[in-house]
Amino acid sequence: MKKFKFILYIFSIILLFLNSTKAENSDQVDKISKNLRCLICQGQSVYDSQSDFALSMKTLIKKKINEGKNENEIYDFLKNKYGDWIVYDPEINKNTILLWVIPLILFVFGGILIIKKVSIR
Amino acid sequence: MIKNTKFIIIILFSLFIFFIFLKGLEKPNNYLPENTLKKIDINLSLKELYNQKEVLLGELINNNNFSIINIWASWCLPCRDEHNYLLKLKKTKSIEVIGINYKDKKSNAIKFLRDLGNPYSEVLIDLDGTKSIELGAIGVPESYLVNNKNKEIIKKYIGPLDDKKFKEILKIIKNEKI
Repeated sequence: MKKFKFILYIFSIILLFLNSTKAENSDQVDKISKNLRCLICQGQSVYDSQSDFALSMKTLIKKKINEGKNENEIYDFLKNKYGDWIVYDPEINKNTILLWVIPLILFVFGGILIIKKVSIR
Repeated sequence: MIKNTKFIIIILFSLFIFFIFLKGLEKPNNYLPENTLKKIDINLSLKELYNQKEVLLGELINNNNFSIINIWASWCLPCRDEHNYLLKLKKTKSIEVIGINYKDKKSNAIKFLRDLGNPYSEVLIDLDGTKSIELGAIGVPESYLVNNKNKEIIKKYIGPLDDKKFKEILKIIKNEKI
């Protein structure tokens, strides 16, 4: 029984070690692919999707990471091919400025309304 | 009276929203990437299907003609539909059709071309789909009309070629040549 336990310990340590080395790289892949829109199955991220497109995309991201590219370089690479729409987190530029500014305006406007109402009372 | 107007306003408002949603249903809600990538990456290297030699894409499109880069797979049904158009395009002067075999088995790909005819001047393979992403593709079938002179993509066709697209290709080439 003792021997069996010992073997089990060794086995689990090996597994843990294997897992941790593998996880480092795939964490990065997961993080990036969660922020990418799958263009085949819209409404899903590349991370969630099992479509051919998404699977290849994940392989490509892995390759790029192994080449030493960082997150932003990968986003730029993909934006260059597919347009800004592929990332869930849009940058601020001419086309997306309204997207970023409108909530702010609404927030300030609403705040003013509330303050006015309260101060009248 | 007030209750009545409130009721009417609510009904009108819900009708308004209903019609907006109804309109929204008719709109196609699939986004296709705009033609953001204009230049073909000439340094993209792919393996050849028959002899497994590595080829640079730039080497294949270095004359003054036009190329159609067609991404296909033997398991893809729409690819069978468009195959006749590719065979027709092959016969057209000043067009070369380059095939990229997408995530396919070699034996199936070769059988597909043997059964239906081989329109491609060169068949390249993309085993894991990453090369197609480098080209900006989202799936199969997809065809790019490329001007070999400046290595620019004139038009991207997502989905199978049909009569309309085929005629458009011929027209574009006619106009660009002059």
